[in-house]
Amino acid sequence: MHRFAKPSVFLKFTAPILPWLSALTVILIAAGLYFSLIGSPVDYQQGHTVRIMYIHVPAAWMGLFCYVGMAICGAMSLIWKHPLADICARATAPVGATFTALCLITGSLWGEPMWGTWWVWDARLTSMLILLFLYLGYMALVNAFDDPERGSKAGSALALVGAVNVPIVKFSVDWWNTLHQPASIVRMDGPAVDPSMQLPLALMILGFTCYYFVVLILRVRLELNERRIRALHLSGMFEDPETPASAKEQAYEAGHNAEAKQ
Amino acid sequence: MNGFLAILQRDLRLALRQGADSVMVVAFFIVTTTLFPFGVGPEVNILARIASGVIWVSALLAAMLSLERVFQADYEDGTLELLTLSPVSLELLILGKVLAHWLTTGLPLIIAAPLMAVMLNMDQDGFVTLMVAMLLGTPALSLIGAIGAALILGARRGGVLVSLLVLPLYIPVLIFGAGAVEAALLGISATAQLQIMAAILLLALAAAPFATAHAVRQAME
Amino acid sequence: MADFSGSDLTCLRGERLVFGGLSFSAKSGDAVMLRGRNGAGKSSLLRLMAGLVAPRSGDLRWNGENIAEDRTAHHARTHYLGHQDAIKPVLTVRDNLRLWGQLRGVRDLEPAIDRALTALQIHHLARVTGRYLSSGQKRRTALARVLIGQSDLWLLDEPTVGLDRESCAELAQLITEFRGRGGIVVYSTHIDLDVENPTILDLDDFAIPMVEWLAEQDDLEDMAPAKRAASSQEAAQ
Repeated sequence: MHRFAKPSVFLKFTAPILPWLSALTVILIAAGLYFSLIGSPVDYQQGHTVRIMYIHVPAAWMGLFCYVGMAICGAMSLIWKHPLADICARATAPVGATFTALCLITGSLWGEPMWGTWWVWDARLTSMLILLFLYLGYMALVNAFDDPERGSKAGSALALVGAVNVPIVKFSVDWWNTLHQPASIVRMDGPAVDPSMQLPLALMILGFTCYYFVVLILRVRLELNERRIRALHLSGMFEDPETPASAKEQAYEAGHNAEAKQ
Repeated sequence: MNGFLAILQRDLRLALRQGADSVMVVAFFIVTTTLFPFGVGPEVNILARIASGVIWVSALLAAMLSLERVFQADYEDGTLELLTLSPVSLELLILGKVLAHWLTTGLPLIIAAPLMAVMLNMDQDGFVTLMVAMLLGTPALSLIGAIGAALILGARRGGVLVSLLVLPLYIPVLIFGAGAVEAALLGISATAQLQIMAAILLLALAAAPFATAHAVRQAME
Repeated sequence: MADFSGSDLTCLRGERLVFGGLSFSAKSGDAVMLRGRNGAGKSSLLRLMAGLVAPRSGDLRWNGENIAEDRTAHHARTHYLGHQDAIKPVLTVRDNLRLWGQLRGVRDLEPAIDRALTALQIHHLARVTGRYLSSGQKRRTALARVLIGQSDLWLLDEPTVGLDRESCAELAQLITEFRGRGGIVVYSTHIDLDVENPTILDLDDFAIPMVEWLAEQDDLEDMAPAKRAASSQEAAQ
């Protein structure tokens, strides 16, 4: 924040984008929901349960997308020591974790009617579960320090280490899965996706991605403003000599009581 | 290279004087492994079937248990600051510390593992593979764990945190470690799994000291 | 003839501005004494000088070369004494010191340790383990580390903490000897240490009001209107 990333630049840059992006998100998700819930055919085998896919697949995409985003932010923080990169990574993690959890939950809801069980140690499900653990570890680390800047930096380093590990974990889980599971198990990549399903899927994926950027901008703005307030507190600017503390307290008390009486 | 030997020598001497750490790790390993028969029942077939997995999971947890101490004590008394300021490269010093950690925790685990394998009725065909796999796997655990241990320096509730950070990263070692033993028990060659474990070890050896040094420098700021 | 200087240094700890626009210069044989109230950044400046922390702006130069260019060389010529003594309770004084000598690649290490221990009058403690030392003895052990191996720059952060009056006089004597050999000493202390005509660096002079700093860094358009007048000039720049 202090060296390059003037918050004002970020705030100015994003202020005009935000309403457009929000509107786009609403339109895309609304259209996506219409096509996925009403405007698309029912699968001849799966019936209406196939509609879970329109949430499940975009959520899985977002889980991966957010982790890649965090790793890129981590790399930028490492190379250019850009404080905004740390903040972006920090703001991305809860979004990514939520989408990953959503992917797991919808996967499990889908699995019950399809496979007759809530959970299968399928390679993809297991990988997503580990991804969720990585997110949780990142969030726990970032919030474990008294100095938020130190937490963000440590988090960026962890995101990079995690990114190196994700392919290895993925590979080993695939290996483990083929070793332990007979090939006859129902896999999620069944028949190729029908063209009529591609449109709602694409709309939902785009909508979710836009939603992520809206949330990212809001969260980064929040973080920047929080930092500003902390900095102003440290500067002692809030100790206004013109209004003594006791007077403020009285005003507060008066307001408080008035509210209580109503 | 002198710096590497100096720090290795000092850490080993410290471990020798303080003593408890290695013994605690092995004791934890044995006690944890002993819990499984209570959980799944004393039936010999079941125990033999799950032996390799149980031994690996227990070893993973035991190795993780001692991680927090790798840097924490040095961080608290100012030693880590001076190590960062010494004219030897920090990566090399960290490698020395990790080697000392492995010698005092990983190596005793490898020695204790066959004992637990006997108690869990594992077939004798798997013993050699188990030890070779652990010889390749435990140094990787120490190296990867050191990154986590360095990241949590100065954090609140570091001990629990390090397990949350490090355990997901340990999964590949667990999969191939247990897989190698299982292959050996089935009479199949375990070379592939062992080769992949060697690759993981080499990758960790190449990358972990740099990541750890980066994290340590961050903690000093 | 060595020359150690810093120009336009700004330091932030956490999110707090410690000092800004600080410059100094020292030549062989100089002593620089850091002064300032609590939180003025004496320790932070010493950590900057040691290369533990990078300054937010400005640079530190040794003989004209930025210390960030060759950290190993800077570490090799610098001895840093922090708040903590870095003494392991289970190792003897000699074992504690040996590590630091080995890391600096000191030849004939044992005689060098003997000389350092004698200079600080703790030779009789050489075989005592750290846990039995008093705080003053620990501090002297930490000071003995500074005497081991070749160095050109001493950075001493409150070296007198825990030392009695006589030990302080000895420390002053050691500093004088080191300066006589052409060394540069930068130290902070809150009691009078009898060092001959040190250059005094008062960190309070470089304190920047946080509001001004924020105004310079940030655009204050939407900040509290009462203060806008005060900061609008900088904000406009």
